[in-house]
Amino acid sequence: MTTTATPPAKPQANTELQRRMLREMLLIRRFEEKVAESYALGKIGGFCHLYIGQEAVAVGVSAALSPEDYIICSYREHGQALVRGVPARAVMAELFGKATGCSGGKGGSMHLFDAGRRFMGGHGIVGGHLPLATGLAFAIKYRGGDEVCICFFGEAAVNIGAFHEALNMASVWKLPVIFLCENNRYGMGTAFERVAAVTDVVEHACSYDIAGETVNGMDVLEVHRATERAVQRARKGGHPTLLEVRTYRFMGHSMSDPLHGVYRTKEEVEEQKKKDPITQLMHRLKDEGAIDQPGVDALDAEIHAEVDDAVRFADESPDPAPEELGRHVLAD
Amino acid sequence: MPTITYRDALNQALREEMQRDDTVFLMGEEVGLYQGAYKVSRGLLEEFGAQRVVDTPIAELGFAGVGVGAAMGGLRPVIEFMTWNFAVLALDQIVNSAAKMLYMSGGQIRMPIVFRGPNGAALQLSSQHSQAWESWLAHIPGLKVVAPATPADAKGLLKSAIRDNNPVMVLEGEMLYNTKGDVPEGELLVPIGQADVKRAGSDVTLICHSKTVTVALKAAEQLASQNVSAEVVDLRSLRPMDEPAILASVAKTHRAVVVEEGWPHCGVGAQVVDIIQRDAFDQLDAPVLRVTQADVPMPYNKQLERLAKPSPEKVVAAARRVLYLD
Amino acid sequence: MPTKVVMEALSPTMEEGRLVKWTKAVGEAVKTGDTLAEVETDKAVMELVARADGQLLQQLVAEGATVPVGDVVAYVGAPGETVAAPPAESGDPKGHGRGAVAVVVAPAPASPALPAVAVVATDATRVRASPLAKRIAKEAGVDLKLLRGSGPGGRVVARDVETAPLPALRPSPLGSPVPAPSGAAYEDVPLSQIRKTIAKRLGASLGPVPHFFLTSEVDMERAAEAREALNRQLGETGKIGFNDIILKGVALALVKHRACNAWWQDDHIRYWNEVHLGMAVAIEDGLITPVIRNADRKPLSAIGSEARALAQRARERKLKPEEYTGSTFSVSNLGMFDIDQFTAVINPPEAGIVAVGSIVPKPVVQDGQVTVRRRLRLTMSCDHRVIDGATGAAFMQTLKQMLENPLAMVL
Repeated sequence: MTTTATPPAKPQANTELQRRMLREMLLIRRFEEKVAESYALGKIGGFCHLYIGQEAVAVGVSAALSPEDYIICSYREHGQALVRGVPARAVMAELFGKATGCSGGKGGSMHLFDAGRRFMGGHGIVGGHLPLATGLAFAIKYRGGDEVCICFFGEAAVNIGAFHEALNMASVWKLPVIFLCENNRYGMGTAFERVAAVTDVVEHACSYDIAGETVNGMDVLEVHRATERAVQRARKGGHPTLLEVRTYRFMGHSMSDPLHGVYRTKEEVEEQKKKDPITQLMHRLKDEGAIDQPGVDALDAEIHAEVDDAVRFADESPDPAPEELGRHVLAD
Repeated sequence: MPTITYRDALNQALREEMQRDDTVFLMGEEVGLYQGAYKVSRGLLEEFGAQRVVDTPIAELGFAGVGVGAAMGGLRPVIEFMTWNFAVLALDQIVNSAAKMLYMSGGQIRMPIVFRGPNGAALQLSSQHSQAWESWLAHIPGLKVVAPATPADAKGLLKSAIRDNNPVMVLEGEMLYNTKGDVPEGELLVPIGQADVKRAGSDVTLICHSKTVTVALKAAEQLASQNVSAEVVDLRSLRPMDEPAILASVAKTHRAVVVEEGWPHCGVGAQVVDIIQRDAFDQLDAPVLRVTQADVPMPYNKQLERLAKPSPEKVVAAARRVLYLD
Repeated sequence: MPTKVVMEALSPTMEEGRLVKWTKAVGEAVKTGDTLAEVETDKAVMELVARADGQLLQQLVAEGATVPVGDVVAYVGAPGETVAAPPAESGDPKGHGRGAVAVVVAPAPASPALPAVAVVATDATRVRASPLAKRIAKEAGVDLKLLRGSGPGGRVVARDVETAPLPALRPSPLGSPVPAPSGAAYEDVPLSQIRKTIAKRLGASLGPVPHFFLTSEVDMERAAEAREALNRQLGETGKIGFNDIILKGVALALVKHRACNAWWQDDHIRYWNEVHLGMAVAIEDGLITPVIRNADRKPLSAIGSEARALAQRARERKLKPEEYTGSTFSVSNLGMFDIDQFTAVINPPEAGIVAVGSIVPKPVVQDGQVTVRRRLRLTMSCDHRVIDGATGAAFMQTLKQMLENPLAMVL
C-alpha cells in the first residue's frame, strides 16, 4: 500500500494547534540561531548540525504523537528534542557540555537523550539507529503496548544497509514503527541524485511492502496529517510506514561546513528560503486572522527570552566533575 | 553431579533464564524452527513460542541493532550470531550503539543485552570462518567479554551474562559444543570477571581461556612427565580481567606463558603481559612468552591449519623456555 | 569386491553419528547418491548416501546405534556377492574425519609466536639479571656480580642465585622435596653437597642428563639352552624369548643394586624399592616405553606374555597412560635390527637404561680352546648425577652373571 501522492494540504487543524506549532517552530529557529552564535564564540564544540529550514518536520510530527511514543533520531536532533519537551536549558547545557545537560555533558550535540520523555537519543553513525527503532517497536509489541516508535533520518541513510535491514524486519514482524526520512537533498556535500539509483526515497516502501507517503516538509500541517495517518496504521495493526518528507536545510551540513559552495548555489538556497515553513505558517495564521504582527512580535520576544535564559543557564552550569569520567561506562 | 555437554549447558542456561524472566528473549538466525545452527536453542521455540524465540533474516547488523533497540525498550535480548565471524557485520551496533548507550546518555539508558555464538577456529573452515575476535571486543569500554571453556562455566557465565545490566559478549566454541563436563544441579551463576585455576602448579603459569584451556591442560600433563609443575589459569572473562588471579599465580611460579587462539599482534595475551610486567615485575624470572595462532589468515589445508593453531607442544616449548630448560 | 559404506563426517566437528533410520533394506538396489540411511550428527539429521551402485548387501549397525566416523556401517555390492571383511573396521589410518583431535596430534615446528629472545646490547658494567633473581639476591645478600648467569645472554636467573656457593641460600621455589611414605615403594634421600656439585658440574658439561656408558659382552649359550628347554616344556602356549630373559635378568640385578633403580629429582634422589621396567617399543612414528610392573617378582613366562601384549598394544596405540608411565629403569633392544651394540638415551627421571644388541655367534677362547659361542653385547647408560662408574659396573657384572648362569635367576 504505497501512496506517493497525498491530497493537497488544506488547513484543517484548529487555530490553537497552529499557534502552538508556530511557537515551536520559532523556538527551534531562535534556539538554533543562538547555537550558531555560541558555536562561533567557542562555547559549543565538536560537530554541530543545525535544523534551520527543517523545523516543520519535527513540529508537525510531534503534534501527532502521544507522550508514550518513542522518538529516535540521527545527529541532527536539537529540534526534535525541544518539541519533545526536553527543556531548552537542558539541551543548551548539553551543547555546552555541562553537567546539567540532558546527557550530563557526555553526549553533546549529536547525543541528546531524555529517556523519561522517551526521547531515545541522537545517534551519530548514519543509518545506525534505524535498527534500534525497529528494536524499540519490537519491545512495544513484545510487551503488548500500543505505543509507536518514530525514527528520523536523512536521505543519505537510505543508501546504507541498515536502512534496508531495519525496514525489512519491521515489515516481516509487523512492528509499530514509522521511518521518517527528512530528505533535505544533500548528504553533507553530495546531492542525493549523484549517489542514489532511486531518488524517490518513498519507492523503497514497495521493496518492504510497507506504507509510503511523500510529504511536503515545508508545510507543517501536511507533515502533521501524514504522521497522524502513519501513527494510526502503526497503532492499529503494527503496520510500518516510510514517510519521505521533502525539506531543505538553510545552513551548512554542520557548523564547520559552508552554507553553499561547490555542491549547491547561493541562488538555490535563496530560492528555497522563500518556502520557509515558519513564514508560510505565519502568513496563513495572519490570513485567517489568528495572529497579527504585534502578536508575532510578542511571541518572538518571549522565545528570545527563553533562549537567552537557556544560554545563561548553560553558561552558569558547572562542568561535569572529574569523577564523571569513569561513571556510566558500565551499569551496576 | 550430572555430566552434560557444553551445548546442553548453554541450552539449560537459556531455558532457565527465560523461565525466570519473561523479558528475556532469544533472537538470531535459525534459532527457532531449525533449533539452532548448533542446536544450542533446541526445544526453546516449542517451550516459549515465536514471540520469544525469534528467527531473523541473515542481517547481522540489522538484528543486532534490533536487539539494542529492544534493550532500550526494557527487554533483555539474547542475540545469537551463527558465528562471530558474521558478527563483524554487526560491529557498528555492538561498538557504537550497545557499548556506548549508557555513557553517552549520561547514565539514562541501560543496555542489558547478550551477544553470543561460536568464536575462533573449528576445523578446516578456512580464513573467513576461523577467527577469534576476543581482542577486538575486549578492547571496547562498555562491553563485558566472557569465553567459557567448560560446560559448567558456559552455563554459569551465560546465566550471569543474561542477568547483567550491560552488554555481555559470550564467546563460545564450535569445538567445545560437544565436550562434556560436570555441571552442578540447581542455580549456577559464575561471576563475570573471575578467573579459575583449572590445575594447580608451582613452576610456570599457563594463562588461557576458552579452547586454549584444553591445550594448556594437555601441555601441563606433558610438562608433568618432564617434572615441570604447571599451573593452568583459565581467565574465563576477558573484560573485566581477573588481574589479582593472574598476579597471584605469577607470584607463585615466577614464569608465565599466555595461550590464546587469536593472532599475536595486539592480542589478549598482550594485555595479560602488560598486567604482569606492570604489577609483577619483580616476580619474573623470565620474559613472559605467548603462544597464539600464527600471524596469518587461517589456511584450509589440515596440516597447515594444525601448524597455525596453538598446540600443547608449542606451549610445552614455551614453558621450557621460560624455565631455561632449553 | 563389495564397497564399504562408512559413517561419514557430515559436519566439520562430527566425531560420531547416530544411525536414526535405514532407508534402504538389505537386498534393495542402490545407485550412487541414493540415501541409505538418516544419520543424526552433532548438528542435524543428515543423509548418508551410497558411493557405489549395486545392492545393499549387509547392514552392520542397528537403527539407533551410535557409530564413530570412519567405521563401516554397511556393504554395497553386486547381487550375490559375499562380504568377507570383518564386520566393523576402524576408519582409515590417517584418521580422516576424526576432526576433534586436530588440536594436538603431532609436534608442530616452533611457532612464529615464539621469537628468539633478542639480546639487547647494554652497558657492560650492568648486571643482567631477571627481576626475580635480583629480588632474591637482594634478600639473601648475594652479590649478583659474582655470579655467572645461565640464562640467555648470560642473564642471571633465579636458579643461579639459589645455587650460589654461599651459606645463606634460600630454599628453592621450584618445588620442595617430596617426603617418602614410610615403608613405601621408594625412599627419598636428600642430596649431599658432593652429590650436588657432581650434578651441577656434569650437568653443565654434557646437557641436562650427564650420561656415561658401560658395555659388557655376555655369553648367552646357557641362556639359549635354558630357553630351548623351557619352550619345549611350555609348548605352543607361551614362548619365551631372549628379550624376556634379559628383562628378568635386569629386574633381578636391580633388586641387588638399588643404587641404579632410582630417579633424579633435582633436589633429591628417589631410590625405588620396586622394580618397574620400561621396555622401549618402536612404533610407526616414534617410540614408546610400556612398563612391566614389579618385573622382579614375575615369573619368566608372565614377563614374556606381558611384554608381547604391551608391545602389541603399543603398536596399535592402545596403551593407557598408566601403562607407559612410572618406570624406574628401562631396557631398549635393537637386536632384531642386527645392531651389535649401541648406546640408549636415558628416559628421565630414570637414572639408567640397558641397550641390548644382537646375539651373534662368535669365536671365543674358552678353557684355552677357540670355540663358537652365542654372544650378546649390553650397554648401560648411566646418569652420573645418580650412578657413579663403579656402581654401574657392579650392576652390569651382576647382570652378566645372571644371564650366563640362568639358574641363578630362579634362586
